[in-house]
Amino acid sequence: MNPRDAVLEKYSARVYKNRKDHVLTVPEDGSIPEMGANSRSLPGIMTERGCCYAGCKGVVVGPVKDVVTITHGPIGCGFYAWGTRRNKARPTIEGEHQENMPMMIQYMFSTDMQEPNIVFGGEKKLRKACEEAVEIFHPKAIFICATCPVGLIGDDIHAVAASIEEDYGVTCVAFSCEGYKGVSQSAGHHIANNQFIRRIVGTGSRPMPNPYTVNILGEYNIGGDGFYEEELLNRCGIHVRSAFTGNASIEELASAHEANLNLVMCHRSINYVADMLKTRYGTDWMKINFIGVEATKKSLRDIANYFGDQALIDRVEEVIAEEEAKYAEEFAYYRKKLTGKTAGLYVGGSRSHHYQLLLKDFGVSTILAGYEFAHRDDYEGRDVIPTIKLDADGKNIETITVDKDPALFHTYLTEEGAARLKAEHPEMELNDYKGMIVDMDAGAILDDDLNQYETDEFVRLLKPDIFFTGIKDKYAVQKGGTLCRQLHSYDYSGPYSCFHGAANFGRDMVMSLYTPAWGMINAPWKNRASIQAKVAVGGES
Amino acid sequence: MRQVAIYGKGGIGKSTTTQNLNAGLAEMGKHIMIVGCDPKADSTRLILGGLAQQTVLDTLREAGEDIDLDNVMKLGYGNIKCVESGGPEPGVGCAGRGIITSIGLLEQLGAYTDDLDYVFYDVLGDVVCGGFAMPIREGKAQEIYIVCSGEMMALYAANNISKGIMKYAKTGGVRLGGLICNSRNVAGEAELVAAVAKELGTQMIHFVPRSRDVQQAEINKKTVIDWNPACEQADVYRELAKKIDENDMFVIPKPLSQDRLESILMDYGLMEA
Repeated sequence: MNPRDAVLEKYSARVYKNRKDHVLTVPEDGSIPEMGANSRSLPGIMTERGCCYAGCKGVVVGPVKDVVTITHGPIGCGFYAWGTRRNKARPTIEGEHQENMPMMIQYMFSTDMQEPNIVFGGEKKLRKACEEAVEIFHPKAIFICATCPVGLIGDDIHAVAASIEEDYGVTCVAFSCEGYKGVSQSAGHHIANNQFIRRIVGTGSRPMPNPYTVNILGEYNIGGDGFYEEELLNRCGIHVRSAFTGNASIEELASAHEANLNLVMCHRSINYVADMLKTRYGTDWMKINFIGVEATKKSLRDIANYFGDQALIDRVEEVIAEEEAKYAEEFAYYRKKLTGKTAGLYVGGSRSHHYQLLLKDFGVSTILAGYEFAHRDDYEGRDVIPTIKLDADGKNIETITVDKDPALFHTYLTEEGAARLKAEHPEMELNDYKGMIVDMDAGAILDDDLNQYETDEFVRLLKPDIFFTGIKDKYAVQKGGTLCRQLHSYDYSGPYSCFHGAANFGRDMVMSLYTPAWGMINAPWKNRASIQAKVAVGGES
Repeated sequence: MRQVAIYGKGGIGKSTTTQNLNAGLAEMGKHIMIVGCDPKADSTRLILGGLAQQTVLDTLREAGEDIDLDNVMKLGYGNIKCVESGGPEPGVGCAGRGIITSIGLLEQLGAYTDDLDYVFYDVLGDVVCGGFAMPIREGKAQEIYIVCSGEMMALYAANNISKGIMKYAKTGGVRLGGLICNSRNVAGEAELVAAVAKELGTQMIHFVPRSRDVQQAEINKKTVIDWNPACEQADVYRELAKKIDENDMFVIPKPLSQDRLESILMDYGLMEA
């Protein structure tokens, strides 16, 4: 029996009916199967998913560095979202040190709602919190993120935000990201995207050093990935206007519409912004990936080809050659130590794809991959978007439409130019994403919304050398003797992006694979009787 | 201690009936506590002779967790102990959660003393959320009276409340003690209410006729018995008090289907066929 069927076989008919569409094998014939995705987890299943608030506050909104983000709710939601994501930031804007720049990401702000605030409403306390934030921290803006009880009692956080703006003249944006909304953190990404487009992008303007100015969307600067990317792009002569939202300042986000190209890293969490920027301001977007040596090279070349300047194209080749030469020895060593190993990946809505390419650079093949909160397009590619059936949970999340802004609309390429570019570079994902499955080997297992049981079973059956996941399931796998690395926090290492990051990653993998401490430990009950008893025969005692 | 909850459609006269009935019970020498479960905090106005009471939730908000029972409990006519749960202004916060908090707090503070013969809960309008069902959950109120009239919406509400009682009857042991008809001078009113009561499996425990005395007493911030002990309406409430004190008919109601309720209303000529 193949591993997929062996794992699913244990389920009851009702659970099987649900899970069979979420657990698939990559077909031998190269076709792309239809994945079950973005639907409710079953009650009783130990899902690894997060909530809508986690997606909005934790992922998309939280990393903006000069903004006070207030969690409106009981203290737990704020406390557990404090410093748990390694989105790094520097107190500078575009390379210039700012002595007085407010730096907020080390803080956590919460209204600490208590019983009387639930009964009598929490709006007054929220307003007070905003006032205190203005007086004490002088932030560039205030974000308000809602938690479950706020939605239940109907606090009007948008009205509070509007009154703070009016009274204090500071941008104040509320996000109705109550935890219970949607089926996973994905709903929170969408809600955050909508408010960025509605309230922030297009409200500012900054000088553009050169036309090769880009935004990196869906780069949250975990462990400093975004720092490496910006540095590399700068060396090529490409200017980064803003990142959504790693190391971002509100001014950078406000003027993001002026860039000439949007680079999309995490497709799932930010594709709404990419789409809306294109509709409203005309900016093309491109799916790129700076995780992996080959992926980084392709991404740099795609960007250079998009701008079409021969000097830029040449400069990119120079930088690639320099970087490859710099790390050639290291890469060769890691490749030698890692080739032939196998990996399983269960992360987010894009990383499970990105890291397969980095692993491939070192000769590691991926035999299991899945996403926590992705949609079908992240697996199958954007071509399937028109065929995705919206269920009630999906319809419950606000979708906004934007119109062309005639004053700010600008296109770098004409439609014919874009079509010609696509024809010349069929591999380029311009305003498109082909999904994860297309990059996977036949026979590999796909698992959407992987749960604890499936994790345990697949690790047991497939015996990957490395399993990549997050904090919730890491230690169960690792103490079972299988190397397990966190791809949400990088186990406090990184950055893993670009050439330098690939070297860091190779170093960490070799270091951990060749220190298989947990595999050497035997649980006492495995080699020693845990109960002692005598066998009494024929009346002896 | 008998714990009694009074429910009924908004504006039907729950608070007025409860307080007049309690004056009757107090006159009989009963020890009573009234817990007002309405954010408007007007359930004890006639007993206390005014609205000046500090509510439990107001006190909680101002004083934090450090609350003394004396702050929130006031003695009124016939030594009736009066407590108002209170709650948020309309359109804000969560009044249902307020009632849950408030009743929990009263228990913590030791408001439910052994010398009490009766605790009455006067509950806002229809059962709109879990909070308003609090008095009949977890073994608090054991008996319910529904105040209604012969008007369709009042009976519709009574039927809905019966559904709530049925739900909690299985887990908490709450029972329906009867319908109190607070007359609106609708034709055939007593017969109609009695028929609906019978259909629900309960009784119309008393018919309270409409009287100007009730309004007169209310204007004077008094119960009828307090304002004019000799008037005819005072005797009506004394009789209601006696009937409730002697009541032994406690049932799990059998709520009517919408069709059945409408057909009864038609039989009694309220609706045109």
